Amino acid sequence: MKLKRRTFIQLAAATLGAFGLRAEAKPFFLERRRPWYRGEVTTLPSTCDQCFWKCSILVRVEGGRVRKLEGHPENPRTRGRLCPRGQGGLGQLYDPDRLKYPLLRTGERGEGKFKKASWEEALDFIAERMLALKERYGPETIAFFTHGGGESWFSEYLAAAWGSPNVAKPAVSVCVAPRETASQWTFGRPVGGHAPVDWTNARYIVLIGHHIGEDTHNTQLQDFAQALRRGAKLVVVDPRLSTAAAKAHRWLAIKPGTDLALLLAWIHVLIKEDLYDADYVARYTTGFEALRAHVEPFTPEWAAEITEIPADTIRQVARELGAHRPRAVLPPSRHTVWYGDDTQRMRALFILNALLGNYGREGGFYLAKAPYLEKYPHPPFPLEPAAGGCGGASAGKEEVPEGFRPRADKGKFFAKSTAIQELIEPMLTGEPYPIKGLFAYGTNLFAAIPNVPRTKKALEALELFVAVDVLPQEYTLWADVVLPDATYLERYDDLIAIAYKDPLIQLRQPAVEPLWEARPAWWIARELGIRLGLSRFFPWKDVEEYLEARLSAIGQSLEALKEKGFIQQRGRPWLSSWERWRQNPFKTPSGKIELYSETFAEAGLDPLPRYTPHPEPPPGHYRLLYGRSPVHSFSKTQNNWILLEMDPENEVWIHPDEAERLGVETGQYVWLENPDGVREGPVRVWVTRRIRRDCVYLVHGFGHRAPGLRLARGRGASDTALQTRYDLDPISGGAGLRNNFVRLVPGAPRPQHPPIGRLARERRL
Amino acid sequence: MARYAMAIDLEACVGCAACAVACVTENQVPPGVTRLWIREIEEEGPSRPQVEFRPEQCYHCENPPCVPVCPTGATYQRQDGLVLLNPTKCIACGACVVACPYDSRFLHPDGHVDKCTFCAHRLEAGRDPACVETCPTGARVFGDLEDEEGRLRAALASARRVDVRKPHLGTEPRLFYLNAPRATGLGGEE
Repeated sequence: MKLKRRTFIQLAAATLGAFGLRAEAKPFFLERRRPWYRGEVTTLPSTCDQCFWKCSILVRVEGGRVRKLEGHPENPRTRGRLCPRGQGGLGQLYDPDRLKYPLLRTGERGEGKFKKASWEEALDFIAERMLALKERYGPETIAFFTHGGGESWFSEYLAAAWGSPNVAKPAVSVCVAPRETASQWTFGRPVGGHAPVDWTNARYIVLIGHHIGEDTHNTQLQDFAQALRRGAKLVVVDPRLSTAAAKAHRWLAIKPGTDLALLLAWIHVLIKEDLYDADYVARYTTGFEALRAHVEPFTPEWAAEITEIPADTIRQVARELGAHRPRAVLPPSRHTVWYGDDTQRMRALFILNALLGNYGREGGFYLAKAPYLEKYPHPPFPLEPAAGGCGGASAGKEEVPEGFRPRADKGKFFAKSTAIQELIEPMLTGEPYPIKGLFAYGTNLFAAIPNVPRTKKALEALELFVAVDVLPQEYTLWADVVLPDATYLERYDDLIAIAYKDPLIQLRQPAVEPLWEARPAWWIARELGIRLGLSRFFPWKDVEEYLEARLSAIGQSLEALKEKGFIQQRGRPWLSSWERWRQNPFKTPSGKIELYSETFAEAGLDPLPRYTPHPEPPPGHYRLLYGRSPVHSFSKTQNNWILLEMDPENEVWIHPDEAERLGVETGQYVWLENPDGVREGPVRVWVTRRIRRDCVYLVHGFGHRAPGLRLARGRGASDTALQTRYDLDPISGGAGLRNNFVRLVPGAPRPQHPPIGRLARERRL
Repeated sequence: MARYAMAIDLEACVGCAACAVACVTENQVPPGVTRLWIREIEEEGPSRPQVEFRPEQCYHCENPPCVPVCPTGATYQRQDGLVLLNPTKCIACGACVVACPYDSRFLHPDGHVDKCTFCAHRLEAGRDPACVETCPTGARVFGDLEDEEGRLRAALASARRVDVRKPHLGTEPRLFYLNAPRATGLGGEE
């Protein structure tokens, strides 16, 4: 049994001696603090940045402090509700461990010795170095890595004005790249940041490694719960009985790495038994005959051998899918970089959906549309780097303007976006050309990019490394200059465009002034831009002027948006509505859903998905699976006391039979060690039948080592540290992370931490 | 007179703790103590492990054992059923903490006992408790038990099964758990 927010409840009852405290004689007239809600409360709408979901929020401010965050009741994606991370945002805002001033490095890289600097000093230093590097190597020698709400000022604005194509986000090649690329080359449309699944109308839902409930993407979680309430049947394919699997009607405990075989068998049964939507296939797709021939050998019996799921079960689920179409759907998960053939797996998933005739139909996928917006009328940027993003650029030929070099990642990918992990090597080898400078915005490099030892070496080789963050995360210790970012509750960002059934434009606006000397991302980008001689691209004097210009171009005003928080436009979510306008939503080369991809064939890639076996764990090792905690966003929230108390450490899940063999029990601490000799932990063991015997599981984002994160440091183990290898997906550029293996080394000491309650005493709200 | 109560649909709850976090900020609950927490109970099921995510808090019992033991009258039960505590009267003797069979009470660092109030201050303003309002899965329903047409009664009526914790104690909790995953009711100690 696990308790979130801890066992002190029992302790309180068991050790009433603790009430000896009371002997300190509390005067009966002890003055009580007035609750915030009895004071003068003002409310303003904004947009959450605790994750990428971008929920519309109401910020309650009292006595000059943010007191409460709530879901915007009128926003159709938020509906007055918020996830735990969104609720807990003020724990980050008022975190005394935040970066407070610009810092200049005085010690060795990684040593963490800095001196306080003024903004003037810090920005001048950066600009001087950047210009010198440009002089020697060209503008592309500066790479920009970004993550989080303020990133666009760097990835889409400053970098474009500066002229470096080497702009990358972990949110692409360490997350969504395969699904975006596959969707682009199957449907001619991206999935986008907010997976356009019409959950509530679905009658039959199959999730493959999709951790809904453990990821608490607000709208999606609301819709998922609603679908189940309406009686939708749920099948979950996962080597682990995840939260979603706990809610499922069927749990298929698949052998890790074999999902593609299962998908092919399902396609086989749908076609063999005529369960697919023949009209839809005839009308909207191309390549069906080739697909039919291709899947002929992939029988459920064939897949049963590989996946360890009984053939009858495979057949049964395929029949149920067919029976519920078009309201049967297999939603794509976000983090799809698993084994290196991930674009092909995601292609198989989309092909299966297409056979069910659900794309563009109720109960399947809606056709998401981005809102109409105009860019700020700055002079044209010399370059439009393809960083991509959750829903960003995912396909298309790369055009390199005259006088610029192509991006330095291997450049052979089908995705237009840049693969972040492929920009590390050029820092070390200088091939294809040297990357000598790195500007990292909110990107926790050691928890976001596999092969951390290589990343550290690369950082040591840089001539300029700038880190902008809210917290002193470990990677900031390597930086030459550290700049304190304002939190999302203290800053404006660029307008937030959300593709949805009816698309939205949302505003993020400051509720309070930045604490200490933190400055908003837009300000940092602009100040730096001016120092870099790029003033012509920053004709606006402040962000309000910039936002006003963009809004007035579409007949809106900043003032109104500041009141309301969002603008909704009309979308065109269903195929029927596109047809009414005689328009084709499928932007593929053929203008149809491509079951068979000519483009892939021409590039020498499999035009139809094919299963290939993946490496097995070496003896004594387990495949390392990883996932999410509902109260944490990646590695960004562990120092937030409110969220940390809810989930203070990750645990390594292991099957009881394996635990017995190793002689470990729940509650014991072990080390995790990978074949490259990386050791992580100590980490607590959780013995459970909820996981297969051939793998272990860790929640991502723990194992912080930065000394400045006084709450988060030393808790749990980092999955990223153990991911010293990755399998490059040659199509999307994604870094497949699930061919990493670990063994458990018993005998690790139990970490001695003072209680969080005591550590966080001064953080009281 | 209203009789306030809450229901939590265990079939919908994913244990995300949005309720618990909302409670902390709404009520400025200090670090180290809690009014609301999630218990995750894992048991063998017929074909696979069964997992129950169960938020726990004060149950605002019909027969609250915490009230009669309070020597100063700080803990009291309102007409509408809310079991509340007046911190200025509380001498932090801990009697109610011991008396509560659900461990729902704790000593607040300001020197008084504290626990869930069903967000009485929000009810005044006609709003749901913070935990109910934010719950992403809509697992929580708050309402008036006397209101036969109300959403609470509707939720109770449509549930496959309704449980309370430790029913044998006769406390008559006014927080109902709906649709426990285990066929025989709540998991864990019951």
